[in-house]
Amino acid sequence: MLVYIIRRLGQGALVVSVMASVVFLAMYAVGNPVDVLAPPDASDAEKLLIARELGLDKPLWDQFFVFIGNALHGDLGKSFVYNEPTLQLILQRLPATLELAVTALTLAIAIGIPLGLYAGLKSESWFSRIVMSGSILGFSLPNFWIGMMLILLFSVQLKWLPAGGRGETVNILGVPLSFLTWDGLRHLLLPALTMSIYKAALIVRLVRAATRETVMQEYVRFARAKGLSRQRIVLVHILKNIMLPVVTVIGLEFGAILAFAVVTESVFAYPGMGKLLIDSINHLDRPVVVAYLMFTAFLFVIINFVVDLIYAVIDPRVSLVEAKG
Amino acid sequence: MNFFKKTLLALMTAGATVGASHAQELRIGLSAEPTSADPQFFDSAPNSALAAHLFGSLVSADENRKLLPGLARSWKMLDDTTWEFKLQPKATFTSGEKLTPRDVVYSFCRIPFVQGSPGTFSDLVKTIASIDAPDDETVVIKTDKPDPILPNRLISAFIINADAFGGGKNIKFKKDGCEDFGDNPNPSDFNNPAKSVGAGPYKLAEFTPGSQIVLERNDNYWGEVPHWKRVIMKPLTNAGARVAGLIAGDVDMIEAPSVQDFERLTNSGFSVARALTPRLLYIQLDQNNDPAWKSPTVKGVDNTPMSDRRVRQAMSMAINRQAITDKIMGGLAAPAGELLPYPMFGSTKDFPVTEYDPEGAKKLLAEAGYSDGFQITLATPNDRYINADKVAQAVAQMWTRIGIKTDVDAMTAGTFFGRRNKFEFSAFLAGYGSTTGEMSEKIDALVLTRNPDKETGTLNLSHYSNPAVDELVTQAKQTVEDKNREQLLQQAAKTAMDDVALLPVYFEVRPWALRKGLTYSARSDEQTRAMSVKPDTAN
Repeated sequence: MLVYIIRRLGQGALVVSVMASVVFLAMYAVGNPVDVLAPPDASDAEKLLIARELGLDKPLWDQFFVFIGNALHGDLGKSFVYNEPTLQLILQRLPATLELAVTALTLAIAIGIPLGLYAGLKSESWFSRIVMSGSILGFSLPNFWIGMMLILLFSVQLKWLPAGGRGETVNILGVPLSFLTWDGLRHLLLPALTMSIYKAALIVRLVRAATRETVMQEYVRFARAKGLSRQRIVLVHILKNIMLPVVTVIGLEFGAILAFAVVTESVFAYPGMGKLLIDSINHLDRPVVVAYLMFTAFLFVIINFVVDLIYAVIDPRVSLVEAKG
Repeated sequence: MNFFKKTLLALMTAGATVGASHAQELRIGLSAEPTSADPQFFDSAPNSALAAHLFGSLVSADENRKLLPGLARSWKMLDDTTWEFKLQPKATFTSGEKLTPRDVVYSFCRIPFVQGSPGTFSDLVKTIASIDAPDDETVVIKTDKPDPILPNRLISAFIINADAFGGGKNIKFKKDGCEDFGDNPNPSDFNNPAKSVGAGPYKLAEFTPGSQIVLERNDNYWGEVPHWKRVIMKPLTNAGARVAGLIAGDVDMIEAPSVQDFERLTNSGFSVARALTPRLLYIQLDQNNDPAWKSPTVKGVDNTPMSDRRVRQAMSMAINRQAITDKIMGGLAAPAGELLPYPMFGSTKDFPVTEYDPEGAKKLLAEAGYSDGFQITLATPNDRYINADKVAQAVAQMWTRIGIKTDVDAMTAGTFFGRRNKFEFSAFLAGYGSTTGEMSEKIDALVLTRNPDKETGTLNLSHYSNPAVDELVTQAKQTVEDKNREQLLQQAAKTAMDDVALLPVYFEVRPWALRKGLTYSARSDEQTRAMSVKPDTAN
């Protein structure tokens, strides 16, 4: 187990550092931030002054080594446009995105698993057909379109819910959380729903396919022959066995929501991490972009690790000690 | 079902009224977010707009860039290189402290030395040689050379409190770093409401990047106290989200609604305010006629055709400016004939806009020896100015029609500016606003011969050089008398336009949308100011 964890951490560190180097060099290639940030009529002297302030007057390799050196000390630099430490900027926005991701995923699971199970068990019923056709719509409609339609209906026409932004927050252990206030929940509902529709559709299809396969298995038939209650067969024998692929997908999707909630966040003007990434790319704010992508790589590493741990819990045959690669 | 719906509705509206606007609260949806509350950190429109709420500057300007007294109640020129500013005796900071000349010196000292500044304001104070204070209400500024537009530039030079940030007791202005400067605050200090001390009509109550900025009225403000007690600014960078937020009642006014929403907004009781800005969208053409030079994106000929005035004139006549402003910009632009819209200082009333005349253009081209035309690529940024890529496409078609086969190369601003500054384009479309609101700044950057040592022609990336214009502008810069200076500038602008130094296309119009019951005196400097938003009736 310990060896396993150490190996995974090593791999994670490698992924994060490769990511950092690639992004750093790629951002350098895109353009010079001074050209974007300086006033349009800035003279060469002024541009030099700005470049010096931002540490951009040095050759690329010097900049790169300074960055690596600071990163090893845990300093990922300061944002060019905000002049705040990048990690602080990201962590400031993490609660908002985390809240959104958890709410969206909870909604997706709450909708997806029961409907998928139902559609798998009674695949011929009319309700299952509706669910399955609905799921096709769910993952073929683009996210931003769903978001705009929800805004149009619930905010612009009916005026029930706010069109965007984050609601009132309360501080719990210094972390501003909005899902504990009524205003916060009202702001959270539409973006979370927008993000959950695609995930729910995905889960429905996954669960249905797995359920149909599992129902045919010998042990399910045997359980039925043994006279077990239907409830027990579904919840223990079927559900537990189909969870392995579902957990993998949920884990990956959770990471994807956290890292790339960009579209939904900009449609709803939701102050999360995704919006920070887009704004920073537009400003060529290299420190933020690099730190952000390092952070998301790190998140994916952690999530995959947790998913592996959950595997072991769900399926006793999976042993972490043997897992290689 | 009906009951359920009603309950849900009741619950939600109950929630809405709790957070709804109180009579004296104004919520604004911003199209671009101020990145810091430090007024000297970043020379950009959103940052300066926020600074105008929190800080004062010696000189302020009205909607049309007419100079008004700010923290200085009056100013005058003592001689060609000496300005005297009389401070407002009533002016105080939010800390209750009185404004003194020391605050002015401290502020101007810090401007070139702001830590980590991505867009410095150092340009504002670069001509200042010394600052003296004969008494507590007088500041005397000496400049290196005559600087008649110093007051125009000082509009953006916001004054911070020396005591609040640890300025030296005996601070003395020196060009390359002041004596006894004291502490240099970190820009992020200004984002902290407890530390942010200014002399503006509002105080900072909250600054959360990406989320919201909250301002509280400064009830002890020395000037006219604004109507709104509390102002909430929310960055809503997506235009669709902004309009939805306004219609849904989340905000009371928004910046820059998109043109296609105007009809819908006005039909449902919202109003749209517009301001003609000095932001000029222009095309520069490579005019380097050095035989060794190969113009980067010109094909089909060996030389640089645009170094011939007739070719430039033809390219200008080929552009149907009215069609561009009507069809592509939806009326949010005005065709431009020169560098600055009337009545800004140095512009000329009824300056003619080059007429659309494709036949005449073809004749001119033939006259210049290009009856077979040539090929060129028009470069443009696609994420910096409204619809710039579409405008470039239209211009390309218009040029192709007169025989100059044109491709468009649209790219992100970061790439565009870098390549443009290395002279990689033979023709490009770009925009340029104005900080001073007068001609000399604009003509200096766009038209004068590029000379890095003299810092002229910083935006002249076309190799254009006209000694007559250079001479007129140089003369104007040394002329302190307004009337004469304006005449010289008008003459310089006319000379440059007659020579088709560049092709002016249009001036941008900046829109705002407001809920019913509000009026906004739209500002030509594109800033959104809560002070200029007034309720129609008392509510």
